[in-house]
Amino acid sequence: MTTVLNVDAVNRSFGDRQVLKDVSFAVEAGRLTGFVGANGAGKTTTMRIILGVLAAQSGSTTWRGAPITQEVRQRFGYMPEERGLYPKMSVADQVVYLGRLHGLSAADAKARTSALLDRLELGPRAGDLVEKLSLGNQQRVQIAAALVHDPELLVLDEPFSGLDPLAADTVVAVLRERAAAGAAVLFSSHQLDLVERLCDDLVIIAEGTIRAAGSRTYLRQQYALPRYSIEVDADAGWLRDEPGVTLVELDGPRAVLDLAPDTDDQRILRAALDRGPVRAFGPVRPSLAEIFREVIQ
Amino acid sequence: MTTFEATRLVAAREVRTKLRDKAFLYSTAFFLVIVIASVALPALLSGGPAKVAVTGDSTVAAALSQFEVVEVADAAAAEQLVRDGEVEAAVLPGPEVVALEEAPSDVVAALSVAPPVRVLEPGDLDPFLKFLVPTILAMLFFFTSYTYGLQIAQSVIEEKQTRIVEILVSSVPVRALLAGKVFAMTALAFGQIALLAIVGWVGMRVTDADTGLVNALGPAIGWFLPFFVLGFLMLATLWAGVGALASRQEEITSTSTPVQMAVLIPFFAVLFLQDNAEAQRILSYVPFSSPIAMPIRLFNGDAAGWEPVVSLLILALTAALLLVAGARVYQNSLMRTRQRTSFAAAWKNS
Repeated sequence: MTTVLNVDAVNRSFGDRQVLKDVSFAVEAGRLTGFVGANGAGKTTTMRIILGVLAAQSGSTTWRGAPITQEVRQRFGYMPEERGLYPKMSVADQVVYLGRLHGLSAADAKARTSALLDRLELGPRAGDLVEKLSLGNQQRVQIAAALVHDPELLVLDEPFSGLDPLAADTVVAVLRERAAAGAAVLFSSHQLDLVERLCDDLVIIAEGTIRAAGSRTYLRQQYALPRYSIEVDADAGWLRDEPGVTLVELDGPRAVLDLAPDTDDQRILRAALDRGPVRAFGPVRPSLAEIFREVIQ
Repeated sequence: MTTFEATRLVAAREVRTKLRDKAFLYSTAFFLVIVIASVALPALLSGGPAKVAVTGDSTVAAALSQFEVVEVADAAAAEQLVRDGEVEAAVLPGPEVVALEEAPSDVVAALSVAPPVRVLEPGDLDPFLKFLVPTILAMLFFFTSYTYGLQIAQSVIEEKQTRIVEILVSSVPVRALLAGKVFAMTALAFGQIALLAIVGWVGMRVTDADTGLVNALGPAIGWFLPFFVLGFLMLATLWAGVGALASRQEEITSTSTPVQMAVLIPFFAVLFLQDNAEAQRILSYVPFSSPIAMPIRLFNGDAAGWEPVVSLLILALTAALLLVAGARVYQNSLMRTRQRTSFAAAWKNS
């Protein structure tokens, strides 16, 4: 795993309002990093600073250890939260133009545009004006515009908002391909279930500060509650009287329980076995939504 | 990729978009038709030398050398030709001139003796042209800088309003975006004017127009071109700046008012103060009116040889300063897409 993008102690305010406070995190090559936070938490501002659209007031962003210059940024791909394309330009012309602005030769830009439009199932619409497309298809063009120059870093602000489920699947597949080919992908989303399914790493931001960051498995362990689920054959109501156990949920033979610190989970399992067969027993992994709720407190 | 290459790509897109724009193509075709018509129609209407019928008098025929002389047998045949419209007039022995509806002054003049005339201060051009040429030059600068300027502002707003500006800014330097736009529009405006000028010039050559006019136009147009380019560039960046202040097309009229005034007021000042030599002298040095006023003074032969040089330098200096100012306003307001930006905020970039 190689860290390619480093955001280090970045601060930014608009007027009196400090939007980012010492924001630091890293993005690794070959992985999908989800950037999660409530509206107004500072996701878009952070992304704009990485892309050089906004300036940080202090702190730094570096790419492979070096400052991010215009030249480095040529190899970044960006999909802003507020989508934008020239309405009166054809789909293919538009993607070719943006590819060329990122330094592709005319021939390369054309070849990659046509391959990418086919991949995104937009091939037959290549000659149409953007304004003639449905919103979902415009969204796909927007993704093509961010991908056309085969960027080493992809920054996508809410790439799935406005996409129908089928289009979302296509986009997920394309992003996975890019990551597998070695690109770093940073995307923000408020659809936590989707992020959970998709990303390898997570960065959670709230009120301008990074609350948690790391791989999905690491965060799950880190924020795992001492919570267990159990399934027995008979009624599990006896757990109520067991010392060190707080019942979260009880449904006949099934129960979810929290253990007090220093309570041995194996003792509970043994106690259950003493009462009859145990069909299932194990720790409950927190969902991303639960971790999120916990860390933004 | 260098800033230069980025500028070239941006400019190429602007030009291509414009060349596909039907309104642009139609307006160019429309102006071409007007130029061709105004050059060709007088020649077509005059239709070569008029025919005059003459009844075998060789001295009369010699005096009518500028006409096509048709020899006829007698007065009756000559009259018949006039009635049929075959000839413009007939000259019968006497001599007596016969015409159909009105006296043919050119035939009469050819047969008359005119007293010698001495003009104390000869004007080499007729007064109609003295009015027409300055008006055309002024209109040309006014219309192109106004319409193209407005288009620069609109294209800036289009990028802001559609938010594509965020992708553009993340991939190329802002100054490349601005320079590309301004160069593309300058090239298109200049190209359109040059096309019209060339067509007009060739037309005048082909139709053998008044050489006095062609000679007087030469220096005026020669100086008009550098004044036009610098004056246009000076305004173009300002148009881009006021375009960037707006967040929606609807706001363009209000954010661009100062620039509109900077185009309108000099135009009307030059046209309305045509007879005031002192005012024209001042206007030919003021940067906003000099692109119109100086070529007109040169056309009228009122300006000394060094005057356009000095005026052009003043214009170049002002253009450079306003280029910097316009670029600053553009750069600082480009990313403020949510609402209209005030000039003060754009200047300070708080």
